[in-house]
Amino acid sequence: MRIGVTVFPGSNCDRDAMYGIERAGAVPVELWHADADLKGVDAVVVPGGFSYGDYLRPGAIARFAKVMAPLEEFANSGGPILGVCNGFQVLTEAHLLPGALLRNSNMRFICDRVAARVENVVTPWTSLFEPGYGLTLPVAHNEGNYFADERTLAELEDEGRVVLRYVENPNGSANDIAGICSEGGNVVGLMPHPERASDPLLGSGEGLRVFESVLRFAGARA
Amino acid sequence: MNIQETYTSLGLSDFEYDRILELMGRAPNYLELSLFSVMWSEHCGYKNSRPLLGRFPNKGPRVLQGPGENAGVVEVGDGWALVFKMESHNHPSAVEPFEGAATGVGGIIRDVLAMGARPVALLNSLRFGPLDDERNRYLFREVVRGIGHYGNAVGVPTVGGEVEFAEAYSGNPLVNAMCVGIIRSESLMRARAVGEGNLVILFGAKTGRDGIHGATFASDKLDEESEAKRPNVQVGDPFAEKMLIECSLKMLDEDLLVSLQDLGAAGITSSASEMAAKGEVGIEIDASLIPLREEGMKPWEIVISESQERMLAVVEPEKAGEVLKLAERYELEAAVVGRVAGHGDLRILEKGEIVGTVPAGHLADAPTYEREVVRPSYLSDIRPIDLDLTTLPPPKDYSAALLAMLAHPNLCSRRSVYTQYDHQVGSDTVVLPGADAAVMRIKGTSLGFAATADCRGRHCYLDPKGGAASSVAEAYRNLSCVGAEPVALTDCLNFGSPEKTDAYYQLVSCIEGLAGACEVLKTPVVSGNVSLYNETEGGAVYPTPTVGMVGVFEDVNRRATPAIKREGDALVLVGKFRPSLSGSEYLEIVHGQINDAPAAPDLDGEKAAADVVRQAIAAGVVDTAHDLSGGGLAVTLAEMMMAGGVGAEARLLPGGRQDVALFGEVGGCILVAVPEERLGELEEHLREVHHVRIGETGGERLKVSGIDVGIGELRGAYERDLFERHAPEGGQLG
Repeated sequence: MRIGVTVFPGSNCDRDAMYGIERAGAVPVELWHADADLKGVDAVVVPGGFSYGDYLRPGAIARFAKVMAPLEEFANSGGPILGVCNGFQVLTEAHLLPGALLRNSNMRFICDRVAARVENVVTPWTSLFEPGYGLTLPVAHNEGNYFADERTLAELEDEGRVVLRYVENPNGSANDIAGICSEGGNVVGLMPHPERASDPLLGSGEGLRVFESVLRFAGARA
Repeated sequence: MNIQETYTSLGLSDFEYDRILELMGRAPNYLELSLFSVMWSEHCGYKNSRPLLGRFPNKGPRVLQGPGENAGVVEVGDGWALVFKMESHNHPSAVEPFEGAATGVGGIIRDVLAMGARPVALLNSLRFGPLDDERNRYLFREVVRGIGHYGNAVGVPTVGGEVEFAEAYSGNPLVNAMCVGIIRSESLMRARAVGEGNLVILFGAKTGRDGIHGATFASDKLDEESEAKRPNVQVGDPFAEKMLIECSLKMLDEDLLVSLQDLGAAGITSSASEMAAKGEVGIEIDASLIPLREEGMKPWEIVISESQERMLAVVEPEKAGEVLKLAERYELEAAVVGRVAGHGDLRILEKGEIVGTVPAGHLADAPTYEREVVRPSYLSDIRPIDLDLTTLPPPKDYSAALLAMLAHPNLCSRRSVYTQYDHQVGSDTVVLPGADAAVMRIKGTSLGFAATADCRGRHCYLDPKGGAASSVAEAYRNLSCVGAEPVALTDCLNFGSPEKTDAYYQLVSCIEGLAGACEVLKTPVVSGNVSLYNETEGGAVYPTPTVGMVGVFEDVNRRATPAIKREGDALVLVGKFRPSLSGSEYLEIVHGQINDAPAAPDLDGEKAAADVVRQAIAAGVVDTAHDLSGGGLAVTLAEMMMAGGVGAEARLLPGGRQDVALFGEVGGCILVAVPEERLGELEEHLREVHHVRIGETGGERLKVSGIDVGIGELRGAYERDLFERHAPEGGQLG
């Protein structure tokens, strides 16, 4: 299985995402921002970092990159897409996911490990988890405070589209939301970094299951 | 302005101007004078420190590159090497803390990048005045924000460091940034220009007026006028730096460059003249070819501008096209701005016309000053402390004394600082901040490395030579406590004005102390930086020779952390335990005294204790170790418990004052915890050194001598937020 990793100017978790993908047993493929080409990959990770320096707003400029047009088509045709951290921000700016990510409520950058719960296990990226599974994942963000209007929040809750929820809310996110998915479930955005938890030497390998999930999904589809 | 006023305003002395006349054989024009001004500043020219730095040992079996290049290089194994250096950004941070600290990070990353290495770890060493002062709080908050702003965005994890507070740093904070990179040793680059006719390409950000005469500013004391020099402080763009890193590494990977140099203090002048001097060639730069950010810049401004995020490369003409194309891919400015010439000058042109030309060797050859070494009178006023029970009564409540110490800004948790830094990006951080040293792995191998930044400023003030030596010993111990073999160090020498006898004595004595310790511990100095004139109207900073040391792991799986991992482990104290209250945290925090110099370190004892602990870790016997440092044995025990969530009960040896045993400080001591059944194996390693079993792990309380406190209470004191507590009422920190 080939999983694309978009690389915008200022992406800085692209190499980490590729490392996680490799450890899960898939082949990472670099998707350069200036090429409107997904190179026939089976899934795409939009990695963390500071695309375009986070100037204007995180993700606000990246959404206009050439690679985004085919990515939107891929999303609309049910292709599995995972946005992590800045990638999540890019996906909300591109309206592939609802809501927005505001500055952390304590107005500081937060790098830590947080406890979270998997609440939706039917997405391509979470299918290997048990419902309610608790895990600890790294976070590292300045704008991770999930915000949406009440109707959208109610929709997300009613439709079971909250994928990951903080056990202890680090950033002020509405409803302790750490991750959500699109209506179709194929586009997932997470603030925590599963790719940083893909090696027990670094403290945890639990995040690997996110990539293993999409491997199984692709296998089942093929 | 007459000529004397002109060169004086550029920071040159009468003597120096006369020397320029002598070297040039003619009067320099303004541009040429500017070149001398920046290159002969203390910051670039090391005028006061150069004669002293030769004292440092700089060779060792693992040293691949000692001082003289952009950064030092040591071998790890299997062809891997570490490239590392530490540098100060004190003056800019004093007037514009956010950008000053941010650009300090950017600058040190480029030093490592210029050697061809991928930057993989950042550390820092910070000093501020006490937090009860609003200006100090502002400086602290903004410096930390600036470091995070730059390091987080550029994608290099900030994995370790230290921060201390003392009155001597009020208004003159110290911001020392260290970067470590990794490289295959065969790919090392040097900043030596070669090949007449090769092209010089400048790439990165555009050049503007920022940081003009920054190097000269950094070589002067701070006073009321310093605030007016805020425009001298450069502005950083970590986004551009990230592109610069990826672009440079790609160029090197494709073998497009003959040599590479970063642009730091004194901008293109420094970079080009150093490249020329090292290669014994000339370099011609046409200022009109340099991409500019603003209009109307004069050639002299262009060549000494300290605009950030720029690199200079020497490229063979046939590869120039490829280089420019790659720069475009990474959305960087790039232009051929000059060429390597046979004449040996740094020659500045404007549209082909020569506007200034100076032999590069002259610019690199700033005059040096050796001054009289006079022992400061304050050292004679330092009296041995009086352990009389009436003048220095032991605390009535030992538990309360411990809690007060754990809550002190110099001993409490640094968590509120390091959680603002991304310390995991890159997926190589094995041991997170909060341990004795940061531990990193090298992907695809079992190799790893550790890094630490240490300095005992107060100790250096009370005894410059002994304090400097104990700073090296502390770094050596910290690396050994995680299980890394200490290899070499970079130093950042932060002192007051060398023109004053006290600071000069401190500089000379600290260098003596560092050098002596490096010889005994076999950790050569492979790179470094000197920052003098760190003083305000209120006086000079503590002498602060910061040590940034790296160590290596053959097998990074064999390592230790301070966290107690099990109940029922034996606690064994390794090293000669001879605690003293002299110059201790306890004396300052509990008794309000800064007095009496701690004993000079027993370096052989330090080495022996650290080496056996490291060997026990490498053998897989020990996974829990922590050194005794500020606050003494009680603080060490408390930290190990809080990190692991397991309590401990210890017994102190009978005799002497209990507060001396609990809170007294001592070098060369490490506390380890091992399961009972492995005690025998540990003993095998410890045969040659002093050691004593002092207790066991277990429960949820710290019980030792007069202390009986629960982990929760310890954490309540220790885990304070260094920012929040001092936040303005109702305000938020942003």
